[in-house]
Amino acid sequence: MKFTLKVWRQDGPEAKGRFETYEANNISDEMSFLEVLDVVNEDLIHAGQVPIHFDHDCREGICGSCGMMINGQAHGPQRGTATCQLHMRKFQDGATIVVEPWRAASFPIVRDLVVNRSAFDRIIEAGGFVSVNTGSAVEANTLPVPKQVADAAMDAAQCIGCGACVAACPNGAAQLFTSAKLQHLNLLPQGQAERWERTENMVETMEEYFGTCTNHGECETACPKNISIDFIAYMNRDYIKAKSLNRKLAGQGLE
Amino acid sequence: MVTLDARIPEGPIEEKWEKARFDLRLVNPANKRRFTVIVVGTGLAGASAAATLAELGYNVKAFTFHDSPRRAHSIAAQGGINAAKNYQNDGDSPHRLFYDTIKGGDFRSREANVYRLAQISVNIIDQCVAQGVPFAREYSGLLENRSFGGVQVSRTFYARGQTGQQLLLGAYSALMRQVGLGAVQLHPRTEMLDLVVEDGRAVGIITRDLLTGAIEAHAGHAVILATGGYGNVYYLSTNAKKSNATAAWRAHKRGALFANPCYTQIHPTCIPAGDEFQSKLTLMSESLRNDGRIWVPKDQNDTRPPHQIPEQDRDYYLERRYPAFGNLVPRDVASRAAKREVDEGRGVGPKKNGVYLDFSDAIARLGRDVIEERYGNLFEMYERITGDDPYQMPMRIYPATHYTMGGLWVDYNLQSNIPGLFVGGEANFSDHGANRLGASALMQGLADGYFVLPYTVGDYLAGQLGKPLPSTSDAPFQDALKSVQDQTKQFLAIGGTRSPDDFHRELGKIVWDKIGMERNAAGLEQAITDIRSLRDDYYKDLRVLGNGDTLNDSLEKAFRVADFFELAELMARDALHREESCGGHFRAEHQTADGEAKRDDENFSYVGAWEWNGPDTPQTLHKEELTFENVHLATRSYA
Amino acid sequence: MAQATPRSTVEAAVRPIRKRPKPLPWPLSLYQTYVGKKWVMAITGVIGLLFVAGHMFGNIKMYMGEQEFLHYAEGLRTVAYPIVPEKFLLWVARLGLLGALVLHLHAAFSIWNHNRKVRPVGYQSRRDYIAADWASRTMLWTGPIILLFIAFHLADLTWGVEAVNPDFQSGEVYQNVVASFSRWPVATIYIVANVALGIHIYHGAWSLFQSLGVNNPQINQGRRIFAALFALAIVAGNVSFPLAVLLGIVE
Ligand SMILES: Cc1cc2nc3c(=O)[nH]c(=O)nc-3n(C[C@H](O)[C@H](O)[C@H](O)COP(=O)(O)OP(=O)(O)OC[C@H]3O[C@@H](n4cnc5c(N)ncnc54)[C@H](O)[C@@H]3O)c2cc1C
Ligand code: HEM
Ligand code: SF4
Ligand code: FES
Repeated sequence: MKFTLKVWRQDGPEAKGRFETYEANNISDEMSFLEVLDVVNEDLIHAGQVPIHFDHDCREGICGSCGMMINGQAHGPQRGTATCQLHMRKFQDGATIVVEPWRAASFPIVRDLVVNRSAFDRIIEAGGFVSVNTGSAVEANTLPVPKQVADAAMDAAQCIGCGACVAACPNGAAQLFTSAKLQHLNLLPQGQAERWERTENMVETMEEYFGTCTNHGECETACPKNISIDFIAYMNRDYIKAKSLNRKLAGQGLE
Repeated sequence: MVTLDARIPEGPIEEKWEKARFDLRLVNPANKRRFTVIVVGTGLAGASAAATLAELGYNVKAFTFHDSPRRAHSIAAQGGINAAKNYQNDGDSPHRLFYDTIKGGDFRSREANVYRLAQISVNIIDQCVAQGVPFAREYSGLLENRSFGGVQVSRTFYARGQTGQQLLLGAYSALMRQVGLGAVQLHPRTEMLDLVVEDGRAVGIITRDLLTGAIEAHAGHAVILATGGYGNVYYLSTNAKKSNATAAWRAHKRGALFANPCYTQIHPTCIPAGDEFQSKLTLMSESLRNDGRIWVPKDQNDTRPPHQIPEQDRDYYLERRYPAFGNLVPRDVASRAAKREVDEGRGVGPKKNGVYLDFSDAIARLGRDVIEERYGNLFEMYERITGDDPYQMPMRIYPATHYTMGGLWVDYNLQSNIPGLFVGGEANFSDHGANRLGASALMQGLADGYFVLPYTVGDYLAGQLGKPLPSTSDAPFQDALKSVQDQTKQFLAIGGTRSPDDFHRELGKIVWDKIGMERNAAGLEQAITDIRSLRDDYYKDLRVLGNGDTLNDSLEKAFRVADFFELAELMARDALHREESCGGHFRAEHQTADGEAKRDDENFSYVGAWEWNGPDTPQTLHKEELTFENVHLATRSYA
Repeated sequence: MAQATPRSTVEAAVRPIRKRPKPLPWPLSLYQTYVGKKWVMAITGVIGLLFVAGHMFGNIKMYMGEQEFLHYAEGLRTVAYPIVPEKFLLWVARLGLLGALVLHLHAAFSIWNHNRKVRPVGYQSRRDYIAADWASRTMLWTGPIILLFIAFHLADLTWGVEAVNPDFQSGEVYQNVVASFSRWPVATIYIVANVALGIHIYHGAWSLFQSLGVNNPQINQGRRIFAALFALAIVAGNVSFPLAVLLGIVE
């Protein structure tokens, strides 16, 4: 197979970027998209040009490092798939493929296709935890968690923090990421004690950095872990409750 | 002169850790604030250690080359984490977990450490559950377990196929909480490139800011390395692409001993390499062997598609050779058997580099639904990568490097031979001997980080009371700083023709062929020669483009590959000197008549720890004798 | 909580685009964040939906003849009379609707104003949307069309502004409608605006469940259907009136 790649090149955060066109020849359909970039990079180095920078690590769709706009779609055409798991058999031989970095004010470009996603860490730092110091945990089975609840929490917890949701969203909103991280803990009994503070802190930190959701649903289709926008609904509900409920009664389950 | 004192506490094995905790000195809360601890690496071991130390009140500086501590190689672990909870009432206990781990490690680990690990395992689960790790549950709402790799009890806790991810996110959240509280200073995208040793103590590190290229010195009262394993020395492995040995190796070059480098684990069920540009190998969970049958065609020239090959023309070689365990023999045995089939020309697939793992019998027996429920996500992953549907066609699998048991030598307190330098997680050599059992690496990383280092580092710091933070303008800092700067310049100046990846790929091939699943003296000697000559080329023909003051992927790789060269050579040397076969180290010269590993307890029941002597002088071997008082040395047999 | 001093170059490179607000007393606090504003939009949207549905339903009386229609108009003025003065509830409803509209507009504006800052450099290649449909991406077009239409509609049939409806006669509700819709440009405006309203509702009546957090596997399938049927009913009803007049069914 062979492809023509149009890749966004930008030397630094402040530099002006541009598309460069590269040919990728002798590509096998078994190759992953990142391996095609590897091939192009080898050619570039050979030709004395600086290789294309892109983030990656696990190359099996779990670390969340990789991610780029491929033909106008975050992580490319295959649903539920991170860029590193996208294989070339999903493309037409001879096709031209356009590759661009994530774009959002809070995802500034570092270089080429690498962006800075540390705003996600700020959201977690604001409340994405259960405040349990090491050593203070009770025996694990003293707190049964209904299987459905554990499964739902796991559905949310699967988020790999890749940022595709922000990238795909016409509003540059981080609701899918934030709600996934928030609901993972808010759904579980362990997360109840801090539920309302957590909700307020994470949502309000999210708004410091990102746009806001108008329910396009685009994030869900871009998400490599198929995280559902249902979690956004749960987050919205929790947020309004957090703002309105008498938290002193939370212990009675009156919320 | 280096002396190896493992500092194992006295007394019966069950009471050693308890005694140690009482004997370890404490630092009072007001004084904890005065200490700065550097933690390099925020994988499971590093993040858990950093968070816990910060909770205790120490100032922590945490470093990772990843863009966020939410990422680390740990995130990719699929299978699960062991703990001796005995929730299944199937006879598990810390003692049994201890025994299984020692035996699984082929009697090459330190009893006291392993016992402590087994004891602590139960606390890890409690801690993680409290953090909100969504482990699998029964319908009762209680925790579910499954069995894993060659043990007879169900003690593995898991979160779908993403246990490592969930555990890491738990540790990461604890860490981020401390970052938010200002107790941890976080340095993402910052790579440690040297260790600073002053008056024989570890006092700081030299880092490169990967965004700006700034090379900086950081001082601390103690340094913890939790920088993961070195499996990527093979180039192709199941490790994350950026995992590397640089931090550990630089510490080694500053005097820390490197133990058992030749103990590497090859996992039997990975997807075989496709083309030359294959960048990494993907693990297919070991659990597949519970229902899949492994076979190759009897005739090496058989070109029929697998489902057209009739039963009588198939060789289910594991079932044939190991009737008792069949497809469930331990990792090393299964791996070597597959290698033998492929080496003898019976491999399958376009490159004849795999064996079949066939589910058709299981599907016929249990129905597609059951198989889908058990392995659906793995089958999907397989199809995504290969384009083949494993419900119709057998999978093709082949062994790949997965884990490295060797690492920096540490004593019972996880302190290296350099006072003040502690090592946790896969980066140390401590608990798995010559072979690691499934689902124990996550356990060890978290045991080290949550429950061991916070005590033992405190003990060391108690002795440092009143000593000010060393100044980064001291000579050792400045020297180390300069050496890193020089090396940066050197790499940028070579101006050769080959990329670091290109060299790495070639190095990996040497290591895989000669220091892989099966080793022999001639091959190992050849490996040393080959590695050296390739290394010479490296410093002549490397091409690193761009400059040092921006994000520069090639430059980062240049450092890592340089260290892999030296490490690979040491692996060969270690493998050469260890004239026995044990666990992941299989010497062709030392096998039984039916091709099984032959251990030599008489002569090799020790930890081999190597001391750096400079780039062109071979390392010196130091031995820590292993004594087995609580388990009987026995030969593993699975036939 | 985020500290004042940046702790690494990675963190320093990302500055917030908005300050976290100091909390005001409840219920103003709800309106300080965009998630809260969106909730307000949904509540006011629901008010709008109820109104639009009621309005459409009431207008069906048109087909029952002038008497019935006038009777309905009269009825609106005398709801709960004589307990409260005549037109009292009508005015309550009008003010409520006006308030809801203002909030809805303000929230829409402020969300738009925020979101426009978050991607200062847009994609340089063509985007390929999957889920974001035509309706969801045109809310900011259909909304203002509706706003203009509301103004027009009030001028036309409530206030009887000379320039808009020269034949307007106070109290002659039925005749005013017929006179107005008999002019094809007016009828066209009504039809176009109601199609826009339909599109707005098609997204809005689904979206509000998300914004309010009304989410339950049992009803999630139904939300889309609900929105589609709602939009369809409103468009069908409202478009039928001018058509009926033009076609001489109502005269
Ligand atoms: C595919 C796969 C599946 C696995 N499945 C299981 C399983 O099911 N159960 C199990 O128990 N184990 C499993 N393992 C093994 C286990 O995942 C690892 O051994 C373990 O996660 C290692 O954790 P760690 O904290 O020691 O290191 P890592 O997770 O490797 O973390 C290393 C950290 O150090 C940082 N670092 C490294 N070098 C530097 C430097 N120079 N400067 C700054 N930072 C640096 C990195 O950024 C990272 O944060 C699996 C391994 C693989 C490859
Ligand atoms: C009777 C008239 C109207 C009705 C029934 C109505 C209804 C709705 C509903 C139900 C929503 C969804 C709210 C949510 O998801 O939270 C909505 C959203 C919206 N409305 Fe209206 N609306 C009306 C008039 C207007 C007007 C006049 C504007 C003028 C600008 C407007 C602009 C918007 C915008 C911009 C949105 C946001 C879309 C989004 O964020 O998803 N609407 N509307
Ligand atoms: S929600 Fe999905 S798209 Fe967004 S960061 Fe998480 S995994 Fe990526
Ligand atoms: S490289 Fe890890 S998710 Fe793609």
